[in-house]
Amino acid sequence: MSTPQMTQVEGYNFAYLDEQTKRMIRRAILKAVAIPGYQVPFGGREMPLPHGWGTGGMQVTASVIGTDDRLKVIDQGADDTTNAVSIRRFFAKTAGVETTEKTADATLIQTRHRVPERPLQNGQILIYQVPVPEPLRFIEARDSETRKMHALREYGAMQVKLYEDVARFGHIATSYDYPVMVNGRYMMTPSPIPKFDNPKLNGMPALQLFGAGFEKRIYAVPPYTEVQSLDFDDYPFEVQQWEESCAICGSDHSFLDEVITDDAGSRMFVCSDTDYCRERAQSNREQAQENEQ
Amino acid sequence: MNSICEQPAMLNSDDWQDMEPLLSVQNLSKFYAPGKGCGNVSFDLYPGEVLGIVGESGSGKSTLLNSLSARLVPDEGHVIYRSEQFGELDLYQGEESLRRQLMRSEWGIVHQHPRDGLRMNVSAGANIGERLMAVGERHYSEIRQRAIEWLQAVEIDASRIDDRPSQFSGGMQQRLQIARNLVTHPRLIFMDEPTGGLDVSVQARLLDLLRNLVAQLGLSVIIVTHDLAVARLLAHRLMVMRRGEVVETGLTDQVLDDPQHPYTQLLVSSILQN
Repeated sequence: MSTPQMTQVEGYNFAYLDEQTKRMIRRAILKAVAIPGYQVPFGGREMPLPHGWGTGGMQVTASVIGTDDRLKVIDQGADDTTNAVSIRRFFAKTAGVETTEKTADATLIQTRHRVPERPLQNGQILIYQVPVPEPLRFIEARDSETRKMHALREYGAMQVKLYEDVARFGHIATSYDYPVMVNGRYMMTPSPIPKFDNPKLNGMPALQLFGAGFEKRIYAVPPYTEVQSLDFDDYPFEVQQWEESCAICGSDHSFLDEVITDDAGSRMFVCSDTDYCRERAQSNREQAQENEQ
Repeated sequence: MNSICEQPAMLNSDDWQDMEPLLSVQNLSKFYAPGKGCGNVSFDLYPGEVLGIVGESGSGKSTLLNSLSARLVPDEGHVIYRSEQFGELDLYQGEESLRRQLMRSEWGIVHQHPRDGLRMNVSAGANIGERLMAVGERHYSEIRQRAIEWLQAVEIDASRIDDRPSQFSGGMQQRLQIARNLVTHPRLIFMDEPTGGLDVSVQARLLDLLRNLVAQLGLSVIIVTHDLAVARLLAHRLMVMRRGEVVETGLTDQVLDDPQHPYTQLLVSSILQN
């Protein structure tokens, strides 16, 4: 459901940030696109909400958004959670742009922790909110050292994380924020998306931008870029699977959330991507009506 | 590998003359301030040789070792290393990536404090496996198998493979550090006071282990120590340092039994005799 275009509030520049800041961020974005997976530092600005609430993603969105864009914001796949609603309203107010909940209609999608189930198209931009942009931070605390490791392509240490998983759990238990190699060169954290979404990053037709507000880094995956998840030869990369199907739309191939429905332990599984679920439920209903007629 | 076996395989000095040195050091200097650091050091290290660097605290031993092992850029001089993969290299003329590649493949660095050389927040197996993974090993079972073998080689129970180094005793941490370095079959090992902070019996076991490993694997070693007993046990050749300069070099027994320089005489005579 597209909302009618709101009028922009008075007293702010278009999309909140001033034009000089946007130019600086755009330059960082251009560099990031030119070097897929490389973390480009940028002068992060204060946003009117705390770090950790998507300030990095918002600054990227503010820098690339135009008056004719249609914005969708999701948080854990859902359009109706606090973070998604407030960021969507923020841009509706400060940029006066049209917003939508439909993945297919959106030109810009800012996301926290999910990639939409519906395949994205060339021309769309997916903007991730990133808490910790450095994949090597787990193994190396010094930034001077991790930058050197990236520069010299010393990524053996990253395998240590997977080794620890297999040693402790018998399989690669890392289930989100699963490290990837971009374009065969840079190691990258895809932000805390479930590893279920990792295969979607590979060769995606849409442009993917990542903004980390806390650590002031921007990185990118251009369209149709190779993105490979790390693994061992004898423990290959695998995504999560569920025995259940979505209780609302019956999907057996999307990422499911487990929802506790009462104090007696009843639970249901539903799609985490609300738009995808709604779309499927609607087409199910239409099909049922057709069958009745 | 655990047997307490043969003496170090000493090569005759004639053999060494036919061989090309593994490491050639020419006029190496690194001073933090006048008199602080090390200056004008030159020597050759041959394959299979164990060189001890002794001297009091502050004499520049560690500075020299760091400069030799590509961790501290010297003010002057050259360090030339004959690499298996890259041929003859002038360390500080080449690219840093080469030096770092050497550090994790053909070299090993054993730190005085195990905490500096180990990753304390990952398991012992991962500590050993890291170097394998760094040189491209991507088969989990293989890595684990090699880690178990090396734990046993340094006399750590294989059942401790998933424990973190922080749960190990000081001696075990030091042995784990050695295993971590040896897993990629390096040719040259740099050791900085490997027995520092260990009690006498643990020290003795560690020395025994080191001596056997060095002999069996034909390693070249540069070992920094202030403990002359350690030097006598491990080193073929000694370099005595004082105030940043080398005052005496020679075969270990020669230097310790017949010291020429007054400082070396003082150093040798300061050991408690029994």
